[in-house]
Amino acid sequence: MSTDATSRTSMLRTLLHRPYFWGLIAIALLLAVNSLKDPSYLAIGYNANTGSLVGNVIDILRAAAPIAMISVGMCLVIATAGIDLSVGSLMAVAGAVSMELLASAGGSAGAALAALGLALLLGAVLGAVNAVLISVVGLQPFISTLVMMLAGRGLAKVITGGQNTAASNETFRWIANGYVLGLPVVFLLAVLIVIAVGLLVRRSALGLMIEAIGMDPRAARLAGVNRRGLLFAVYIASGALAAVAGIFASASVMTVDVSNTGYQLEMDAILAVVIGGTSLAGGKFNITGAAIGALLIATLDKTVVFLGISSSATPAFKAIVIIALCLLQSQRVRDLFRARRAKTAPVTSDAPKEAVAA
Amino acid sequence: MSTRPAAPDAAPLVEMAAITVAHGPVEVLHEVDLTVRAGEIHALMGENGAGKSTLINVLAGVTSPTSGSIRLDGRPLRPSSPAEAQAAGIRAVLQDVPVARHLSIGENVMLGHEPRGRFGIRWGELHAQAHRVLDELGLGDMDTRRRVRSLSPATTQLVAIARAMADEPRVLLLDEPTSSLDTAEVEQLFLVLRRLRERGVAMVFASHFLEQVLALSDRLTVLRSGTRVAEFPAHQVERSELISLMIGHDLAELRRIGSQRREHRSDPAGPPFYRARQLAQREVLAPTDLDLHRGEVVGIAGLRGSGRTELARLLAGGATADSGTAMLDGRALSLRSPAAALRHHIAMASEDRLGEGVVAGLSIRDNIVLALQSRRGWARPMSRAERDELVAGFIDELGIRPVDPATPVERLSGGNQQKVLLARWLATRPRLMVLDEPTKGIDMGARVEIQALVARLAASRVAVVIISSDLDELLRLSDRIVVMKDRMKIGEVSNGPGLSVETIVEMIAAPEEEDLPPLTGLP
Repeated sequence: MSTDATSRTSMLRTLLHRPYFWGLIAIALLLAVNSLKDPSYLAIGYNANTGSLVGNVIDILRAAAPIAMISVGMCLVIATAGIDLSVGSLMAVAGAVSMELLASAGGSAGAALAALGLALLLGAVLGAVNAVLISVVGLQPFISTLVMMLAGRGLAKVITGGQNTAASNETFRWIANGYVLGLPVVFLLAVLIVIAVGLLVRRSALGLMIEAIGMDPRAARLAGVNRRGLLFAVYIASGALAAVAGIFASASVMTVDVSNTGYQLEMDAILAVVIGGTSLAGGKFNITGAAIGALLIATLDKTVVFLGISSSATPAFKAIVIIALCLLQSQRVRDLFRARRAKTAPVTSDAPKEAVAA
Repeated sequence: MSTRPAAPDAAPLVEMAAITVAHGPVEVLHEVDLTVRAGEIHALMGENGAGKSTLINVLAGVTSPTSGSIRLDGRPLRPSSPAEAQAAGIRAVLQDVPVARHLSIGENVMLGHEPRGRFGIRWGELHAQAHRVLDELGLGDMDTRRRVRSLSPATTQLVAIARAMADEPRVLLLDEPTSSLDTAEVEQLFLVLRRLRERGVAMVFASHFLEQVLALSDRLTVLRSGTRVAEFPAHQVERSELISLMIGHDLAELRRIGSQRREHRSDPAGPPFYRARQLAQREVLAPTDLDLHRGEVVGIAGLRGSGRTELARLLAGGATADSGTAMLDGRALSLRSPAAALRHHIAMASEDRLGEGVVAGLSIRDNIVLALQSRRGWARPMSRAERDELVAGFIDELGIRPVDPATPVERLSGGNQQKVLLARWLATRPRLMVLDEPTKGIDMGARVEIQALVARLAASRVAVVIISSDLDELLRLSDRIVVMKDRMKIGEVSNGPGLSVETIVEMIAAPEEEDLPPLTGLP
């Protein structure tokens, strides 16, 4: 019984030291706040017509899915001490090219497949262009992907001729709005991507090598690590994942909005990665953490709407929650709290003595 | 003449008494006393980890002592920050020279003391003042507007000292100021320090270079494992006594390695397995030939910048040659990258242990498997059992501390970091191991272990190329010594009883530098 209790406390302690622990707490707090306003907030119903679960939580999971997808790619890129600012724009490119293709090719399942493939390919190619600029030309990741962010948005507009192209295709609609086992397809796919990428990097030697080039590229080179190859892999992965996210974002409304699809989503992804405990300095990374960060961002977005905070105050509210979280994660702030506690403890025990002396 | 004894009757300027510093249960310093007089250079000697830096940090206000007292001019002083120590007239130049590399010399020297006028900093006045400070140190020919990043390590060190002198401190603390300097640069630095001594500045000089300490200091304090073992005037000291005070039993161990190497030493027989012909890199290395035999230790002697590191990098794929050929086992060898060299079982440990060697944030385990794993490729990870066995084997064989393979390498001492790095290369089963200053900045115990490892490698038919500024070390380990100067190989000598440190120094020294004393590290 006592051993059971100690193993439970040690499990709790390891969870407490996980970088994403505070992210989980923040999600729970936000949900609690929402439940206070509406006690039935967490309720989940079943819609027999569509065979789906319905409720606020399901909405959050659906909204978190695209953020989680690009966060996984962003997490790998950031681990190499880089950054990918172009993911939001690449989402628009993928949406644009798939909608254009569907608008002309019609509603068959084959057309949907072709649109998917083309969008993925284009995402991967543009990711590879990022990699060329960074690892071959030697530009800084920030500049290279900033260029791609501007160019990508432009490319999306060129593809659709500046229009917000709409199309109809049942297969395509299903992948964005359909359900399997009562859960949204898009959420299941995001979970699948997180697990697959996580297993791939941790079961192979990719994770170790990515961390090595992120922490110390010169040392990694002398150890024979192929930095260029790894950079191509992570930027292509980031581009392809952005394309997947872009397909879902446009398929859910069957329209690509070239100005707004994926707009500033790179910021959400970067925040999700940081909340998940991956340092922007590169090195150690945590893909589970990035996924939980994405979940928190989505929860935050839904909470802002649910609480009826005015849209002009929304960014400030988001910023406050995220800053509070970063402070909680900061080792320095935690040390400060610990030092204060250590200081106040002896003072209280000395107090009676002083009273006697006085 | 240089070892002028300080006036013994002069009143002590700094008195540190019974200084103890403990990190938790571990005592880094145990009741250490130190007395420094004005106009005296007081050397702190001891191995790395003996407590030299900690003692200096206490006086500089960086570290607070657990117990003990400090008096300056007879008045008690307890600096709790570098700023308080500076206010009391104590300045420190610590081991990692903290200069702003992108600023000019003048801006660095006057950092924090910039002359201000109505419109902000008066730049002309700043450079004039910086020039005055430099001039007083005999460095008046420095251009104060030059960027520090373009300077050599020695000049950078001098700028750091000039900055410390800008507010005319009475006590100057120097922690290993010569560890990255070569002979001529050391002389330049010592000239400045002697000038400061004339001006009555009290100096504490921490170093583990015996010859330098004897050439410069007035008094010596020897630390070992955090305690003071002796203090005496520099002109009374016996070298052998000093060495045995500092390192004790390790000296016998070094002798044993030396004699073991001599027994195995043999003139290379048969054709060399590695053959470099006219290997050259523009502006870095003139065409150079080198042959290597299995089981042979080849030492490269030369000053920093003589082309020794560049030659080593070309041999092991760390840099790419512009011309010349390398042959391995009679086949042409193309070394485009370190990865290519590792595929041919050629490994190189860089001199820059932290920048190019270990990956500080990764664990001991990940650091050891990194090179082997890169050669296998990302898709063929080692199984956990295979990896753990390999890592445990090296931790045991090389005596890496701590033994927990999950410890991040940044928490290890310099000697243990070097052992982890060597384990990484040994895991790739090298046929040629290139070691660039493998014992630089490492304590005596680890140094002995690394030298023993080189001897073992040679005995197991691995060819070793070793670069060291410590010529005694080269003579102890090498079968052959290649001498480099001015980006050229100027000679190659077979090691034997007739060869001494002086012979090699004579080969390196230019005629006009012949009167320089050979400044070598400890054995």
